[in-house]
Amino acid sequence: MLAIELTGITKRFPGVVANDDINLEVAEGEIHAICGENGAGKSTLMKILYGMQPPDSGTIRIQGEEVELHSPAQAIELGIGMVHQHFMLADQFTVLENVILGAEPMRSLGRIDFDAGREHLDEVGRAYGLDINADDLVESLEVGERQRVEIIKVLYRGAEILILDEPTAVLVPQEVDELFRNIRELKASGATILFIDHKLDEVLEIADTITVLRQGRTVGTVKPDQVTAHDLAEMMIGSELPVPDAGESTVTEEVALELSGLRVAAEGDRAVVDDVSLSVHRGEIVGIAGVEGNGQAELVNAIIGIQDPDQGTITLLGRDITHVSVRHRREMGLGYVPQDRHRDGLLLGFTLWENAALGHQTEAPYSRGPWLSRPGMRGRANRIKDEFDVRTPNIEVSAHALSGGNQQKLILGREMVAGPAVLIANHPTRGIDVGAQAAVWDDIREARSRGLATLLVSADLDELIGLSDTIVVMLRGRLVARLDPNDITPRDLGAYMTGAALEAGAP
Amino acid sequence: MTERLTHRLMLASAAPVAAVVIAVVLSSIVLLISGSNPLAAYADMVQHASKLETQVDILNRATPLYLSGVAAAIGFRMNLFNIGVEGQYLLAFIVAAHLGAQVELASVLHVAFILVVAMAVGGAFSGAAGVLKVTRGVNEVISTIMLNAVVISGLAAWWIVEWQAGGEISATGGRVGTEPIAESGLLPDINSWLEVFTREVGLGKKLTGMMLVAVAVGVVYHVILNRTVFGFDLRSSGANPTASHVGGVSPKRMVVIAMTLSGMVAGLVGMTELMNTGYYPSNPISLLGFTGIAVALLGRNHPAGVAVAALIFGFLDVSSGILQISGAASREIVEIMKGVIILTAVIAYEVVRRIREREEAAAAAAAMAAGPAEAS
Ligand SMILES: Nc1ncnc2c1ncn2[C@@H]1O[C@H](COP(=O)(O)OP(=O)(O)OP(=O)(O)O)[C@@H](O)[C@H]1O
Ligand SMILES: [Mg+2]
Repeated sequence: MLAIELTGITKRFPGVVANDDINLEVAEGEIHAICGENGAGKSTLMKILYGMQPPDSGTIRIQGEEVELHSPAQAIELGIGMVHQHFMLADQFTVLENVILGAEPMRSLGRIDFDAGREHLDEVGRAYGLDINADDLVESLEVGERQRVEIIKVLYRGAEILILDEPTAVLVPQEVDELFRNIRELKASGATILFIDHKLDEVLEIADTITVLRQGRTVGTVKPDQVTAHDLAEMMIGSELPVPDAGESTVTEEVALELSGLRVAAEGDRAVVDDVSLSVHRGEIVGIAGVEGNGQAELVNAIIGIQDPDQGTITLLGRDITHVSVRHRREMGLGYVPQDRHRDGLLLGFTLWENAALGHQTEAPYSRGPWLSRPGMRGRANRIKDEFDVRTPNIEVSAHALSGGNQQKLILGREMVAGPAVLIANHPTRGIDVGAQAAVWDDIREARSRGLATLLVSADLDELIGLSDTIVVMLRGRLVARLDPNDITPRDLGAYMTGAALEAGAP
Repeated sequence: MTERLTHRLMLASAAPVAAVVIAVVLSSIVLLISGSNPLAAYADMVQHASKLETQVDILNRATPLYLSGVAAAIGFRMNLFNIGVEGQYLLAFIVAAHLGAQVELASVLHVAFILVVAMAVGGAFSGAAGVLKVTRGVNEVISTIMLNAVVISGLAAWWIVEWQAGGEISATGGRVGTEPIAESGLLPDINSWLEVFTREVGLGKKLTGMMLVAVAVGVVYHVILNRTVFGFDLRSSGANPTASHVGGVSPKRMVVIAMTLSGMVAGLVGMTELMNTGYYPSNPISLLGFTGIAVALLGRNHPAGVAVAALIFGFLDVSSGILQISGAASREIVEIMKGVIILTAVIAYEVVRRIREREEAAAAAAAMAAGPAEAS
C-alpha cells in the first residue's frame, strides 16, 4: 500500500520550473530519502505535500485517496506532519507548552488541560521511544533535543507521515545517531518518513528508498544497497563528484585576528564566553568545534561587533577593535558568513544585486562616496552568480526566490569576492549540496593560500577536519582542547565536543 | 521592449486606478441611498475642478498633504509608525511663526531661517520619540501620540496665548494669532510660473511657493532613498534590522535618524499656511498629519505615488466645498470616498501583485517550452 503517491506534480515560479512533472511513490512504513542538488525542487515538493503551496498541476494521493491540499492544517488532519529546517519553537516556553501550542486540550471555561496534554505527550514519547522531559525550558535544550521536540510536536498531532527537511544539517554525529535511532523506532511503530538530506552517507545508512531530483525532475528511485555515495552524487549533479585537494599548509607567522581573555556575559552575569584567547594567522584556518549552544554564537557576535564583550580584547590586523563599530570592522576586511542566513544574511524581499552589496555597501564597487553604484552592484552580483554557481534566472529576482542552498552560495560569494583579510565562517556550507560544497571548500582554501585568515565554526565535522589547520573545542563557553586535524576522527572529535573525552582523562 | 514597458506601467497603475473606480462606484451607491444624484454630484466636482482657480486650490491643498505623506513614508520605510506628524507640524508651525516674527533679515535669508527653524523643531520633536524608542524601548506609536497631546492641548495652546499678537489683527478681522511675520519672511506666490502655461489666475487665488519646496523634498527623498548608501542603509534596516546590523548598520541609529528626518519633513507641513498668511492662527488647519498617513499608504511610500495620492486627496477636499455650495450632495461623501479609496487600494495592490507573479511564471514556462530542452 502506498502512503503517498504524487503524480505529475508541476510547480512554477517566476523564471523557474521548481517541480516539473514529478512522480513520487512512498510505501507505507518506509524511510524515503529525497536527494538532489540545491534548487532541485525538494523543499518545494515537500511544501506541496504539506499543503503550504498549491501545485500548478498534478495529483496527490494519501493512503490511496486523492486529496486537494489547501493548508497545513488540512495536511495535519490527514496525518501528515512536517519539521522545517529552521525550528519553530518558542524559547521561553517549556517542552509541554511548545508541544500543545495550537492544539491545546481544553477544560471547561477555556482553560488549558495541562494534565491531559502531559499524559498524551508521555504516551507519544513512550510509543515512539522519544525521550524528553516535558517541563524543561526549550531555551535550555540542545539542538538534538529541540529537534526531538519538533518531532514530538508533529507526532502529538497524530501524524503518521513525517516530513523532515534537512534534519541532520544542524546535528553533530552523536546527535545524528540518536535521530536515526528515533527514526527507526518511528518506522517500527508504523510511521512513514520522508526526509531531505545532502549527506549521502547518512542517506545510504538510513533510507529504504532514495529518490533523486534534478532540475525539478525525478532522475530515479533507487535502493541503498544498489548504489554507492558516488553513484548518488552522479545522479544528483550529473557528473563526477569533485574531490577537494588536501592542500599544503600556508600558515604564516603574521597574526590577523587575535582574541585575548574574551568574556561575554549573558543576563545574570553568567559567562557564555569565558576567558577565550585565540589567534588566527594569515593563511590559517582555525576550526571551532562544539555542540551548538556552547558560546560559539556569542563569540562570533563579539568578533563581528554586534555584542559587547565585558572583558578582553579583540585585535584585527594589529589594531584593537574591541570597541569599533561593525561597519568599521567590515571595512577593515572582516568578512562574515552568518549561521542563520534568513535572519542575519539576507534581505529576503530585495533583489539579488542589492543583497550582493549588503554589508559592503560603503565599499567600491558598490558605491562611490555617498552614492550607490548600480552598475557596480549589478556587476558584482553577476560575478557572484557565475563564480559561485548561484542558480537563478537572473539577478533581478528577490532573494526569497532562491532555494536554501543557493541563498547560502550567494552569501558566501558576497563575502569571498569582497576579498576579506579575515573571514568568520559560521556553518558556511550548511544546506549546500555535495558538489557545491566541494567547490566552496576549494574557494576557501584558495583564499587561504593568498593569506586569508579564517575562523571556521561548523557542525559538519568532516568539514572541520578536512579544512582546518587547527581545531579548538569549545565547551560551556571555554576553549577546552586544541587538536590537530591530521590525527583525529569525527567520532573522537564528537567525544571532545560533548565533554566525554575530557572526563575520560584525555589532555 | 516598449510594449513590455507599457504593459508593466499599466500593471503598476492598475491598482490605484482600480481603487479610484471602485471608490466612485461605491460612493455612487451611497449617494443613491442618501437620495442624491451621483451623476450630478460628479459633474459638479469635475466641472469645478476644470477651472484654473480650483486647480490652484487643489495644488495648495495637495502641497501640505504631500509633505505630510512623505514624512509618514520615511517612517514607514524604517517600519516606524510616526503618528506624531500632526503634533510635529503644529509645533514647528507655531515656533517658526513666533521666531520668524522676531528677526529682521533679508528676504531669502528670512524665508530660509523660518524653514530651517520649522524643520529643526519638527526633527527634534520626532527625534525625541526615536531616542525614547532606542533607549527606553517605548513604542513610537505610543510616544508620538502622547507627544501629539503635549503639543495640541499643551504647548500650542499655551504659546498661542503667550505669543498672541496685539490688537492689530484681531481688531481688523477678528483674527487671532501670533505676531505677523514681515513681508521679507513670506514666500511669494508662483502664479506667474503657472501663467506661463495658461491664462491669468483670477479670484485672487495664489499658488503657494511651498509647492516648489515640496517638489524639492520629493526629489531629495527619492534620490537619497534609492541612490545613496544612506538610503540603502535605511531600507535594509527597515526590511531586516538584524541582517542589516550584521552588515554594519546600527538599527538604533537608523531609528533615531529616520524619526528625525520624518519630523523634519513634518515641520514643513504647516509652512504652506505660514508662508502665505505670516502668522499662526488660533485655528490652524489641522488633521494634515493624520491624512498624511493615508496619503503615504495610498502612494505606497513612493515619491511619485505619494504625489498622486496627495493630488487625489487635494481634489476631494476641494470638491467637498463645491458640493456644499451646489447642494448636489452632502460634503461628507468626500470623506467616504477617501476611506473607500484607501481600502480598495490596499486590496487592489495585493491583487495586482498576484497577477504579476502568475504572469511571470507563465512567461517562464513558455520560455522553457520554446527554448532548447534542458539537460535531462
Ligand atoms: N517562493 C519562490 N519564488 C520563486 N522561486 C522559488 C520560490 N521557492 C523556490 N523557488 C525556486 O524553485 C526552485 C526549487 O527550490 P527548492 O527550494 O524547492 O529547492 P531545494 O531542492 O529545496 O534546494 P536546496 O537544497 O538549496 O534547499 C529554485 O530554483 C528556487 O529558486
Ligand atoms: Mg530546500
